Amino acid sequence: MIMKLAIAGLLATTVMAAGPAQAETLRLLTWGSYAPDELVKKFEAANPDITVEVTFSNNEEMIAKLRATGGAGFDLAQPSHDRIYAVQQEYNIYKPLDLSKINVDAMQAKLLDGVKANTTIDGEVYAVPHQWGTSGLMANKTSAPDVKAWGDLCDPQYKGKTSMRLKRTILLGMAFDMGEDPFAAYADLDKYQTILDKVADKLISCKDNLKAYWKGGDDLSAMMMSGEIVASETWDSTAYKLHGENQDIVFVPPKTGALAWIDTFAIPRKGEADDAAYKWINFVLEPENVKIMSASTGAIAAVEGGKDLLPDDKKAAVNASFTDDDINNLKFFANIPAGVEDMEGKTLEKIKAATGSE
Amino acid sequence: MQSITENDLECIQIQKHFGSVRAVDNVSFEIPKGSFFSILGPSGCGKTTLMRMIAGFEQPSSGDIRIKGNSVIGTPPNRRNVKMVFQHLALFPMMNVYENIAYGLRCAGASKDVIRTKVHDVLERISLPDVANREITQLSGGQKQRIAIARCMVLDPDVLLLDEPLGALDLKLREAMKIELKLLQHQFDTTFVYITHDQSEALVMSDNVAIMNEGKFVQIGTPQELYHNPTAAFVAGFVGDTNRWAGRVIRAENGTVEVETEAGLTMRGSVRGSGAPGVGDTVSAFVRPEFITAEKTTGQPKVADQTHNVISGKIDSILFNGANSRALVRDRAGELIEADVVLTGGTQDLKPKDDVTLSWSCEQTMSFKG
Amino acid sequence: MMQNDIKRLSLFLLFAPFALWIILLIVLPHLGMFYISLQEKVGPRVYEFGLANYINFFNEPIYWNTLIRTGSMSMLVTVLALLLGFPIAYYIAKIAGNRTRGALFLMCLIPLWVSDLIRAFGWILLLRETGIISSSLQWAGLINTPIEFLYNDAAVIMGLVYTVILFMIVPLVSTLDGMDNSMIEAGYNLGGNGPTVLRRIIIPYAMPGIVSGCIVVFMLTAGSYLTPILLGGKNSSWFTEQIYDQFITRYNWESGAAFGFLLLAFTSLVIWGGLKLSGQTLNSTVARS
Repeated sequence: MIMKLAIAGLLATTVMAAGPAQAETLRLLTWGSYAPDELVKKFEAANPDITVEVTFSNNEEMIAKLRATGGAGFDLAQPSHDRIYAVQQEYNIYKPLDLSKINVDAMQAKLLDGVKANTTIDGEVYAVPHQWGTSGLMANKTSAPDVKAWGDLCDPQYKGKTSMRLKRTILLGMAFDMGEDPFAAYADLDKYQTILDKVADKLISCKDNLKAYWKGGDDLSAMMMSGEIVASETWDSTAYKLHGENQDIVFVPPKTGALAWIDTFAIPRKGEADDAAYKWINFVLEPENVKIMSASTGAIAAVEGGKDLLPDDKKAAVNASFTDDDINNLKFFANIPAGVEDMEGKTLEKIKAATGSE
Repeated sequence: MQSITENDLECIQIQKHFGSVRAVDNVSFEIPKGSFFSILGPSGCGKTTLMRMIAGFEQPSSGDIRIKGNSVIGTPPNRRNVKMVFQHLALFPMMNVYENIAYGLRCAGASKDVIRTKVHDVLERISLPDVANREITQLSGGQKQRIAIARCMVLDPDVLLLDEPLGALDLKLREAMKIELKLLQHQFDTTFVYITHDQSEALVMSDNVAIMNEGKFVQIGTPQELYHNPTAAFVAGFVGDTNRWAGRVIRAENGTVEVETEAGLTMRGSVRGSGAPGVGDTVSAFVRPEFITAEKTTGQPKVADQTHNVISGKIDSILFNGANSRALVRDRAGELIEADVVLTGGTQDLKPKDDVTLSWSCEQTMSFKG
Repeated sequence: MMQNDIKRLSLFLLFAPFALWIILLIVLPHLGMFYISLQEKVGPRVYEFGLANYINFFNEPIYWNTLIRTGSMSMLVTVLALLLGFPIAYYIAKIAGNRTRGALFLMCLIPLWVSDLIRAFGWILLLRETGIISSSLQWAGLINTPIEFLYNDAAVIMGLVYTVILFMIVPLVSTLDGMDNSMIEAGYNLGGNGPTVLRRIIIPYAMPGIVSGCIVVFMLTAGSYLTPILLGGKNSSWFTEQIYDQFITRYNWESGAAFGFLLLAFTSLVIWGGLKLSGQTLNSTVARS
């Protein structure tokens, strides 16, 4: 494993930097399901001189890949909005966007402004929104009707029947649940540390109540569908998918607000097909293409009326979960300042290593 | 099963079947205390299976094996006081000489002091007092041989089994080890059971030899008995060099027969083995080369009589081997006959193409029915 | 002269792929990693040279506890793989006939045809609360309520043993195969009982294979990632997970590189200790089989 990481790291630097991409190739670094085949074929048909190469990844790995090459190897990336500002300052892996080349009018103004505000450095904008979704709770209505807040995962009446992912989302959710505002505390890292300590204590004492930490959508789905757990922290898209198979399983926005993320478009610093990248961005903003995309991702596009462009079953699931109040109560992930990842990482390690109250 | 006996090892009607194959078929023998007994047979005759049954690695299908009068059927190999020298010796390469010899004593639970004394003692007796701390790989072939024997003898076995232990040695060493083994056996005064397919090893060393073929003991006897008085055609053909003819009886009278061979020679022979052949029966006739005299044919040819067979022929080639030189003679019927000759290096020596007269006594023409 | 040059050239060509492999894929990345591990981050895009990443490791009990935990569980896996693998190897090398041998080897190989991930999912299907084992026990009436076999250290150890046992069996079979059967028979013949023959003859003879199997298995286990992560429970941390988190989640390559070197140093130390204890050398074990 050490070896693999070492090789991955160093080879990436040498090999990828050495291989110049052909101008007509768009190398897309994005999330699983964010480039459905149907859409790629349609795009290639409309732009015969461009071929699309897709690499599926996640926030952390996207950043690690681009960091390894100083922003080379890919022409368009899709990190979440909170993962751009500090990363750009630290590793300088993106280039500023030329907003005149993007059909920004199609984007929902509130989301666009939010992302712009989050990703502007020295007057340059580094990202625009693509899709958004939330993290919250999932519960089986019949066996766990009272799950309403993050803290309910630690309710002893569900002992051994809840789950969560041991990542930063649950730290933030639990902080809100305890009446803190972690995003506000980003400005004062000492204060943030005390919040994290409180959250860690809570989550350590909660450990006993959990069945297991889930690691990905597959094991979470399996546990939930089999009834081994009745409530869990979740991505909304996973919950919608399960709702389609079992109407009892619903997404529950926590009463302190679901945590919302926006996946964006950002162009790597050494990207070699900017025009193709802009073409792709504008292409997937077109309403008929948004439909295809949303059907594949289960997330809501950041365009005006994005929710209505969801496929019917997904729309029903969203409507069943969210009231207008819930929408207004969304907590968008705030920019992660430098150093916070390390603090959160240490906290997560502490929780993992603790033997809890066992 | 307790009986008073002077025999170290007795096998009583041993049988061993592997499926439908009878590897060992109804073998009985007994070996008196302190003797050197060989089992001689071609490969695949069942001799190794027999030995493995004595050692306890195989169970006989029926019959009994007794060591010092006590049945060992059902006794596991490590509880039998029968030790074995393996074909490739099976010395333990991860132990040095001392540990190899001490292994058996340790298994028997001997104290450290006893072990030390005994190991040094046995090394003295095999005249290798200084090799105790050597690794096995540092020993010569002959030394390994002796260590393998010492490893067994230090345990004072009732019977020592040796499974063709000389096979891997080169010729010179093999000759030397034959003598040495015999001496060691005398020195330890233990019963040795020696398995081999090499008749010279068996004949040189043994007090008694059993000839084995197709799972059966064909004949047991001293080497001289086997050589001069074989009771079966197999023994006559297997032990020692011999000329062999297949033929038909044309005249038979109390103990002698006149045989016409397939090639058309006629000779008189003495009837051996069981069953007296009558006229018309097929027989095998054997004559050892050393009993055939070859002389240059002179003006007055010898003639056959009541006691001698005489035929004439031409020397095909001479196989020079010092005192064991031999002439290959082609008779009128076209067959090759081997005869021992004395070559002095003088002008009177027989040479190829010489016309010769061969003669041998009828008594030495061993004829077996069948 | 000409001949000599050609000889030298062909020697060079033979050696070149190996040299390239060693230098490009092993030496250079490790040098790079080592360099990174000595960087201290003092601010955005500002680094200093120093040992802080290593000191950090020793100051934080979570880290070295995880390393020790990983090490001791890897040793347990190694011991279990040896205890399970030895009889299997002995059976393959000494008891099975020539034809069954191939089949048996193949059966040991089959798990390697699928990826780590699939194998782990296989175990998950078997062991989970609503999984095959739990349901069949319920069906058989042996238990009343479902039992969770997954998400604990026992599951991790079982999964790891299953994954690595082949690497124990192969060197064992090859050493035991080279052992003359008469050696074992001699052991009995000279008065040894089963345990004595095993302890004094078979095991010492197989020692090079045992040690080389143990080294490979220990390294593979300590460096494994997917199995402990997927089968492990709430408390089961594995050191490679720690390294992954440092590299990927926390963007802390410097510390991750240092951890990588610490894992390498730790496993090397354990192996060195094992070789010393068993009186073997690398040449007599791994290089031989």
